[in-house]
Amino acid sequence: MSGFWTLLRRDLVLAFREGGAVGTALGFYLIVVAMLPLGLGPDLKLLSRIAPGVLWIALLLAALLSLPRLFEADLEDGSLDVLAMGRMPLELVAAAKALAHWISTGIPLALLAPVLGILLNLELGAYPVLVATMLAGTPAISFLGSVGAALTLRTRRGGLLLALLVLPLYVPTLIFGISAISAATLGPGGFAASFLILSAISLAALVVGPLAAAAALRMQLP
Amino acid sequence: MQLIADNLTLMRGARTVIDRLSFRAAAGDTLLLTGPNGAGKTTLIRALAGLLRPSAGSIRLDGGAAAIEVAEQAHYVGHLNGIKPSLTVAENLAFWRAYLDGSGNPHDVADALDRFGLASLAEIPAGYLSAGQKRRLGLARLLVARRPVWLLDEPTVSLDAASTRLLAEVVDSHVAAGGLVVAATHLPLGLARTTELRLGALSPQAGGER
Repeated sequence: MSGFWTLLRRDLVLAFREGGAVGTALGFYLIVVAMLPLGLGPDLKLLSRIAPGVLWIALLLAALLSLPRLFEADLEDGSLDVLAMGRMPLELVAAAKALAHWISTGIPLALLAPVLGILLNLELGAYPVLVATMLAGTPAISFLGSVGAALTLRTRRGGLLLALLVLPLYVPTLIFGISAISAATLGPGGFAASFLILSAISLAALVVGPLAAAAALRMQLP
Repeated sequence: MQLIADNLTLMRGARTVIDRLSFRAAAGDTLLLTGPNGAGKTTLIRALAGLLRPSAGSIRLDGGAAAIEVAEQAHYVGHLNGIKPSLTVAENLAFWRAYLDGSGNPHDVADALDRFGLASLAEIPAGYLSAGQKRRLGLARLLVARRPVWLLDEPTVSLDAASTRLLAEVVDSHVAAGGLVVAATHLPLGLARTTELRLGALSPQAGGER
């Protein structure tokens, strides 16, 4: 297991030292959400109604921006070969890298979301729920995304293909993320059910993602 | 300890690069892979490293840790060095030492850097190194974790004469300590004990029993 933590720590150090990927994702998130009220006009009621959906969809797209680099950097400098030859199974390599992506991209995006909620006149009661659903839902984005990143590793300009492959897999996370928020703010009850399903999707992605990503990486190595 | 390849057939895409090659390399020996471009040196090394699955034949290590795959008992230094430009020289090496489980290894990071003449550069981000220095940092990985088998693909690329001699010394002392080295190279390395395996380009009888 020590290899897992070593790799996780290295990827986090790289993410924060290079900063480009995290900064781009946060900047993209900010700009998309900030532009929306400009396009829709100053209808506060409309904005607050669509705020959770907009925040979630923009978050998915922002997280997607940094996914293509997940394995690409290690492939380009030859690290991936050595990582694959270590005593740690490739599944754990994929898991460590996906976890590093979640910590360095998923969590900052989830924490930025309530700030952007102000721009969209998000209801006051929805803030804690929004952050909670995003923290519970974003692991699925990183772990399912790692499968797409591994599959498109050797595809030139694979970013768009990655989006096509991976976005449909995000639909359940999106649906239950939104429904948990609207259950908490509008309806009586129902929040727990949606939130638990959202968490279950993330937990399933935690298991399935690394297995599938490692299988894809094995095809890409030669 | 012996590295044994038996009737090895390797394909790149639809093309057969190595056809039914058998050879043995014993501990205390350096096997030099030579041959023209396209003869399959890199392909063979990658197959030995477990990064390319043979389409026929087998690779095994006699007398090594039987339960562990050859790849896990080997170091592989390919054309790329596996270096992160934003980590310092020492951090790069420390990462590989920890990842490859170099604990209990006689050489620590400072030792390995010193051996390859990088000690004064330890705290510099690796991105600032020259091509030859990067190569030496890639090769320093050989020393921070103990592996009986070293697989080196063109290890002398971008090294100057002094560094090439240094590499030869490091390889010789590994071999003298009972290690096994397989190196693909165009240039004479100046090694003490070598056996040559010549790979022919595209000929159907490439290699053959040595």
